[in-house]
Amino acid sequence: MAAAATVETAALTGALWGLVQDFVMGQQEGPADQVAADVKSGSYTVLQVVEALGSSLENPEPRTRARGIQLLSQVLLQCHSLLLEKEVVHLILFYENRLKDHHLVIPSVLQGLRALSLCVALPSGLAVSVLKAIFQEVHVQSLPQVDRHTVYSIITNFMQTREEELKGLGADFTFGFIQVMDGEKDPRNLLVAFRIVHDLISRDYSLGPFVEELFEVTSCYFPIDFTPPPNDPHGIQREDLILSLRAVLASTPRFAEFLLPLLIEKVDSEILSAKLDSLQTLNACCAGYGQKELKDFLPSLWSSIRREVFQTASERVEAEGLAALHSLTACLSRSVLRADAEDLLDSFLSNILQDCRHHLCEPDMKLVWPSAKLLQAAAGASARAYDHITSNVLPLLLEQFHKHSQSNQRRTILEMILGFLKLQQKWSYEDKDQRPLSGFKDQLCSLVFMALTDPSTQLQLVGIRTLTVLGAQPDLLSSGDLELAVGHLYRLSFLEEDSQSCRVAALEASGTLATLYPVAFSSYLVPKLAEELHIGESDLTRGDGPTKCSRHLCCMQALSAVSTHPSIVKETLPLLLQHLWQVNKGNMVAQSSEVIAVCQSLQQVAEKCQQDLESCWYFHQTAIPCLLALAVQASMPEKEPSVLRKVLLEDDVLAAMVSVIGTATTHLSPELAAQSVACIVPLFLDGNVSFLPENSFPSRFQPFQDGPSGQRRLVALLMAFVCSLPRNVEIPQLNQLMRELLELSCCQSCPFSSTAAAKCFAGLLNKHPAGQQLDEFLQLAGDKMEAGLGSGPYRSQAFTLLLWVTKALVLRYHPLSSCLTARLMGLLSDPELGPAAADGFSLLMSDCTDVLTRAGHAEVRIMFRQRFFTDNVPTLVQGFHAAPQDVKPNYLKGLSHVLNRLPKPVLLPELPTLLSLLLEALSCPDSVVQLSTLSCLQPLLLEAPQVMSLHVDTLVTKFLNLSSSPSMAVRIAALQCMHALTRLPTPVLLPYKPQVIRALAKPLDDKKRLVRKEAVSARGEWFLLGSPGS
Amino acid sequence: MMGGGGVGGGLLENANPLIYERSGERPVTAGEEDEQVPDSIDAREIFDLIRSINDPEHPLTLEELNVVEQVRVQVSDPESTVAVAFTPTIPHCSMATLIGLSIKVKLLRSLPQRFKMDVHITPGTHASEHAVNKQLADKERVAAALENTHLLEVVNQCLSARS
Repeated sequence: MAAAATVETAALTGALWGLVQDFVMGQQEGPADQVAADVKSGSYTVLQVVEALGSSLENPEPRTRARGIQLLSQVLLQCHSLLLEKEVVHLILFYENRLKDHHLVIPSVLQGLRALSLCVALPSGLAVSVLKAIFQEVHVQSLPQVDRHTVYSIITNFMQTREEELKGLGADFTFGFIQVMDGEKDPRNLLVAFRIVHDLISRDYSLGPFVEELFEVTSCYFPIDFTPPPNDPHGIQREDLILSLRAVLASTPRFAEFLLPLLIEKVDSEILSAKLDSLQTLNACCAGYGQKELKDFLPSLWSSIRREVFQTASERVEAEGLAALHSLTACLSRSVLRADAEDLLDSFLSNILQDCRHHLCEPDMKLVWPSAKLLQAAAGASARAYDHITSNVLPLLLEQFHKHSQSNQRRTILEMILGFLKLQQKWSYEDKDQRPLSGFKDQLCSLVFMALTDPSTQLQLVGIRTLTVLGAQPDLLSSGDLELAVGHLYRLSFLEEDSQSCRVAALEASGTLATLYPVAFSSYLVPKLAEELHIGESDLTRGDGPTKCSRHLCCMQALSAVSTHPSIVKETLPLLLQHLWQVNKGNMVAQSSEVIAVCQSLQQVAEKCQQDLESCWYFHQTAIPCLLALAVQASMPEKEPSVLRKVLLEDDVLAAMVSVIGTATTHLSPELAAQSVACIVPLFLDGNVSFLPENSFPSRFQPFQDGPSGQRRLVALLMAFVCSLPRNVEIPQLNQLMRELLELSCCQSCPFSSTAAAKCFAGLLNKHPAGQQLDEFLQLAGDKMEAGLGSGPYRSQAFTLLLWVTKALVLRYHPLSSCLTARLMGLLSDPELGPAAADGFSLLMSDCTDVLTRAGHAEVRIMFRQRFFTDNVPTLVQGFHAAPQDVKPNYLKGLSHVLNRLPKPVLLPELPTLLSLLLEALSCPDSVVQLSTLSCLQPLLLEAPQVMSLHVDTLVTKFLNLSSSPSMAVRIAALQCMHALTRLPTPVLLPYKPQVIRALAKPLDDKKRLVRKEAVSARGEWFLLGSPGS
Repeated sequence: MMGGGGVGGGLLENANPLIYERSGERPVTAGEEDEQVPDSIDAREIFDLIRSINDPEHPLTLEELNVVEQVRVQVSDPESTVAVAFTPTIPHCSMATLIGLSIKVKLLRSLPQRFKMDVHITPGTHASEHAVNKQLADKERVAAALENTHLLEVVNQCLSARS
């Protein structure tokens, strides 16, 4: 046994010897990994490896020694966790000693030390000893990049695990590191080195007398000027270096005395990036600085920032300048002072005021806005700064407003006031009298009211915004002010056509203020609107139809706009519903537009009620029975058909009611929804009208029977309701309902009813839990569709059903969806339904507004478009190639719809395979395909210029051809693509430049202005290509 | 021939000029969206072409500096003529020729070839009005100016969309 073991050991040792020989003398790389693997598996120990290496480690030829140490180091890198403490001590001694060796040996030695620095078994004291040895023996900056990187790694490793020990070295460690990194040039190493300096400072290592040296050795890289080489495999961006250097420079106030002069110098330079970097660094520094650090530099900092904001041509520099000023002021505001010290904040702000104040008095001049922005940036930094600045500036601006009489000057002044008022919202004041605005309240109000009555729309708009901001200050406005304000808002809500923007702003302001002051709006505004609405209702004889109508419209919009508070909704909703009844009673000339307008207002009220459960139920319970009663009433058969009532059954009126009902249903709680569904489903299935107001109808309501066709149309309202219910609400008589819907969807009725039935069926199907009942419904639907699609009068109805059912299933990833999609694709070559099938893809991919919406609790998987794309586009492409010439456009159109709706990031990787097809689609005579393809290619040109530039020749030709298409939309899209083409690499485009510029001269004379506009911008960009200054 | 220096760096000739409001985007009318109705080229359309040209000195447009105004644009689509008068901010503005050249180049690049265009200084608003007008009216001198790389660079900067 023993003999066998010895033989085995001998054999192993022999193998090890062989491997070592192959590596050291044979210059093969493979054996190193083999040896490491064997050590890991326990075949032999590190000690045996060292013994096997023996002579190579002492060989007089430095190359051989290097090779030997390299092998040992590589083994250690993989096996450092196996080392025992005793072994580590010996190895460290060995390696430290080798640092004195020939320079050829050093890289391998450093690798070994790196392996040992990772060692958990390293006894204390050795880390310091290793670092000392490196600092002493190695001149790091004369090593190649990789080896310098190894040194940084060793230091980083020790800093992570031996922090206390290294701190024991005191400032010597800092000094040693300064020498190591002094002169570093490689960006990869700099990132690590900056990280080390940052840790030195943030983990509180002793810097001793070396603060300035440490600052010098890092700040010499500021501002970073590095452009990564093209195809850089290391992926280091300029921004990475900037941020890590900034973290170092801004990490300690002890750098302030050296850093601030440097930053000022760089802000004053001519280089844009240096300005930006300096301002951003200053901004970062302010987080850690105090008054002491800033004191001596404030005047210079201010004058540099002021100059940049006053004179710069770059918005980014301006923004960074303002941000830096904001931080400086915040920093000065924050500092805790000794009792006897001077508060620098006051003198700093006085300086700013002194330099900016006078510009505020020249509202026409260029510097007025930069000055206002500077003051606002400082005022926004703290409550103290705000008080100081506004107490100076607000009286001045108020006075200036009265001094200047032109509307545009007043607008500039009021807009500046508004800016200061907005800043106030950042601080809450405990005591009412402390608020800096209280003293100016009356003046501000009178100013705002002057603005609201000014003839200039622009001034009015600013006035409205200012009023909103004043109103948002708690307890500022008195009830007298509010009454006046509401009066103005009432007047502005009825402005004429040409000042729509003002009217819209006034409505929005009313909504915002009504949530804060519901009583004021209930008592001053709602009664006035109610009165206005009644004027027309009772008076049929007045001949001023159009004006009355538009006043009604304004009234209703105002009513819905202020319905932002539950107590107001209780007053406005009855008014709107009452108005709808009046319309239906025939007291006035009812136009569908009027009914639609009421519905739109109701819809807005419903949206505003959604967040509040109580309001939501109030709205649902009040509005929905009323709307249904009106519709049922209108659908009753009559001896003398009245034109007036039929208005309610028109397509677009019903559509408007659908969206009210949907909006009023989606946010119901399941319990309340269940109450409602128990009334509404029986109404449609059994004609149970008992819950409707004024329900004495002349005959029964039987929408699913062979009643009057008008009744069937109301299925749309049922759809709006049941398809918006939360998913867990159980629908009574579901089985019967689904069968009736299916029946109606394929009967010979008007397309509106059958489509509504198909959508309702699909909507319910989408939400129905998987299981036997769902499969039954699907089976029924499948049979119905196949029967209808075969031939006969119901083909198009059956197709609509197929489309909606497919959509319902695609959205929820139902397994049957692929089957139905395949059926749909089959119809693309159908002579009759082909074009409709192509358009069907648009419906499948787009978001509906009434059914199958996420808001209506439908099951919509987020990636359904991507999935549909992956599953079906290959088949579509295949189908296209196989299809006969006359139906090819259907495939292209279907494809265009799918691609158009796909998120562009998903489309980009698929582009190479699809591009040839898209290019072919550009030659398709169908303008819908052309348009869709162009709008698909345009973003791709912007986002994937490299791929697209391979096809530049085709693209230029086809786009130019399409720029003379008979369709205006196509011409516009083609020219936009010509514009987007300029994003391709310039060298690719230059050969085409003369040809394109000549060709684009033609659309410059297009008869349509919108086309000319695109031609001008495209041609302008082509002119700039490869031209100096662009 | 044309002085284009003094751009970038150094002190501005007029550091705090009067500024004017920008007009909004032209609203699109129903007629403009109708395929059949031709829209003739009008003063507003010409003004829209030139109002966003950048001033060589300020980060402002010619419109904001009131150098160009819609009332100073005369256009006749049937006769294919355009006349634009521009007003330098100060009577000794050394940039006048450069501004005029930018307007001229913008129109050359944006209008159909059939148009005959005249770009000149609003009478009585510049010290060397006639000299500048003469230069702008001389086709050969304009063409020669655009051969000058430095000048072309400045003009292109004026015509580039603001980033």
